[in-house]
Amino acid sequence: MAVIALKPGYTATPKDAEDKFHGNRLLYLGWDQHLLFCAPFCVPVPAAMPFGALVKEVLPGVFGSHPDFAQIDWSKVEWKDSGKPFKPDFDKSLADNGLVHKSALRFRTPGLNGIAGSCS
Amino acid sequence: MTQPVFIALQTTDTGRSIVDAIVADNPLAQAVEYPAMVKIDSPGRLVVKRGSVEERLGRRWDVQEIHLDLISLAGNIDETDEEFSLQWRKA
Amino acid sequence: MTATTAARPAKRLGIKEKYALMTRGLGWDTTYQAMDDVFPYDKFEGIVIHDWDKWEDPFRLTMDSYWKYQGEKEKKLYAIIDAFQQNNAQFNIVDPRYINTVKLFLTGVTPLEYAAHRGFALAGRNFRGTGTRIACQMQSIDELRHAQTQFHTISHYNKYFQGLHDATYMHDRVWYLSVPKSYFEDAMTAGPFEFVTAISFSFEYVLTNLLFMPFMSGAAYNGDMATVTFGFSAQSDESRHMTLGLEVVKFLLEQDPANVPIVQKWVDKWFWRGYRLLALVSMMMDYMLPKRVMSWAEAWEMYFEKNGGALFEDLARYGIRMPKHYEVSIKEKHRLSHETWNVFNNYGHAAAFNVWMPRPEEMDWLSEKYPATFDKYYRPRFEWYAEQEQAGKRWFNNTLPMLCQVCQIPMFFTEPDDPTQICYRESSYHGMKMHFCSDGCKNVFDNEPEKYIQAWLPVHQIYQGNCFPEGTDPTVPGFNPLVEVLKYYHFQLGADGGEFNTSPDRANWEKWTGQDLSAAPQAKAA
Repeated sequence: MAVIALKPGYTATPKDAEDKFHGNRLLYLGWDQHLLFCAPFCVPVPAAMPFGALVKEVLPGVFGSHPDFAQIDWSKVEWKDSGKPFKPDFDKSLADNGLVHKSALRFRTPGLNGIAGSCS
Repeated sequence: MTQPVFIALQTTDTGRSIVDAIVADNPLAQAVEYPAMVKIDSPGRLVVKRGSVEERLGRRWDVQEIHLDLISLAGNIDETDEEFSLQWRKA
Repeated sequence: MTATTAARPAKRLGIKEKYALMTRGLGWDTTYQAMDDVFPYDKFEGIVIHDWDKWEDPFRLTMDSYWKYQGEKEKKLYAIIDAFQQNNAQFNIVDPRYINTVKLFLTGVTPLEYAAHRGFALAGRNFRGTGTRIACQMQSIDELRHAQTQFHTISHYNKYFQGLHDATYMHDRVWYLSVPKSYFEDAMTAGPFEFVTAISFSFEYVLTNLLFMPFMSGAAYNGDMATVTFGFSAQSDESRHMTLGLEVVKFLLEQDPANVPIVQKWVDKWFWRGYRLLALVSMMMDYMLPKRVMSWAEAWEMYFEKNGGALFEDLARYGIRMPKHYEVSIKEKHRLSHETWNVFNNYGHAAAFNVWMPRPEEMDWLSEKYPATFDKYYRPRFEWYAEQEQAGKRWFNNTLPMLCQVCQIPMFFTEPDDPTQICYRESSYHGMKMHFCSDGCKNVFDNEPEKYIQAWLPVHQIYQGNCFPEGTDPTVPGFNPLVEVLKYYHFQLGADGGEFNTSPDRANWEKWTGQDLSAAPQAKAA
């Protein structure tokens, strides 16, 4: 049962439906093995944003303060979407890449292991 | 339960008399001092006797007054007019 | 009546008889209305009670005794608080960084005392058993007393330190305070049996030592006699609460075997939710107490692994096992405090208490207490932070974090078997993705999704535009969402939160006490 309630048939409205975010959808971004950033991030982005624009314009503002960021070779980055390996098309939009509202996007940068190699 | 019962009391004037009474009436009990507190562990059972406390306090004392100096305890409680005891109840 | 009968005084009632007459003796089954209509909330959870009289009242306090003893405790407490204030004893704190634990306590824990007051009043109204009702009603008054005594005590600190000026308002809105708030609201919106299993048993019995012992011992070790005093005063009430918690779970399990799987489900859920809440305590113990009592790992070993282990051994006779995922809590004990302190150092500029890097001797203590993890995973990042601070570039994180849908904590927890990898778990419900920090939280969601899809997640609410002061226009040029959110939180900009070393609290302390805190060794750069 979806919840133990006083009467059967209890339903609720989700607080975070996509239409609440002023034309954007939520995207979660995590850089694996870079735990200086305590947790993955949450950003509101337009569904039509090209993936390349996410990488060029959004990620630097989010992750750029880390000493490893400037050394990232984007051609070697490994991506995951909801835990599954993901090959983004940089020319297509986030939506056309299959990134829906509240998708969890992760990337790994082999060879870059955080501050003093501690995965921070 | 294999754990001892315990009672922890504040080190106030009354608290000190209660601790002395407990130690006298419970030969297996061990009292340990901490900042502002005494913790008394006892295997199986621990009893606080009104008469023992009154003897040491020098005035009348109701068993329920223990609430004023009590910090914590472990065990199932039994209260009468004459004593307050802790032991683990079997199912 | 003869003259002799009239002259003899009535026999004084013994404690047990008096209690029975004044409590159960005053209860009755209704006849004008059906009992089920008068008590409409105590069956829907599926709990079966055959005989409410089997409930054993843990403490046999009648109201006259209750008021008498509670009143005396109050008089003693307030006399000590008066003396504390008159003696300016706030300056006996060994190190002003300590006060940040009091800030965390007042904004995070004290409102839970008030919530418990309401929750026990509600539970007390809804149980048809007289003894149970009375125990809940007394606890409700106890909890209100705790809220009040804590506010009174800590109001003195508000005269001297930042971040203490609007605790209940902040509790209802601030990102890290939604963690304790949602924990209690989850319990309060459940039925009365789940509420008492969650709060009386799981929180007040199983996990209580992991909340009160660190704060109260921490206070004693760091010279905060005011908190020690209200701690002791509250603890005597707590012993009643603990016995209620233990009694309630045994009562439910003994009443009917059908109750066992329901209670087990609640034990699993509330162990996990309580454990996640205690992350704040782990960082408090290992990072925020200048004079440390013991490490989080040691506290978890003593109070959960040993004491909790013995408890569940005893409950095994009823068919109750250890809570699900308890082994994760053991795996995490060497990481939890470090990862949590890192969250607040990421977002300290958006908190109502200060943060700082541990000093060299504090890092050495951490290395000693956590030989397998501290130097390998955490020292390097804290030394990097110190390096930035020394270069005048104290680092904070400017992008909002991903939160767990259930515990509402930023998703900072790492895989149980891999401290280098964030733990991601996910469910889909009616086409929407839901994210969790752990299997424990995912299980809670999957059992009652309709409840948690309604969660007021601070980060999402900020992005919806619901966390700005009334009348704010986000389209105005130069709009700074962070500043507006902090105003919404009633934070004093530039005063509450941020780095301790550059805080008003530090400057004031040095001015008032004449101490020079820069003489203390600063955090070491990498």
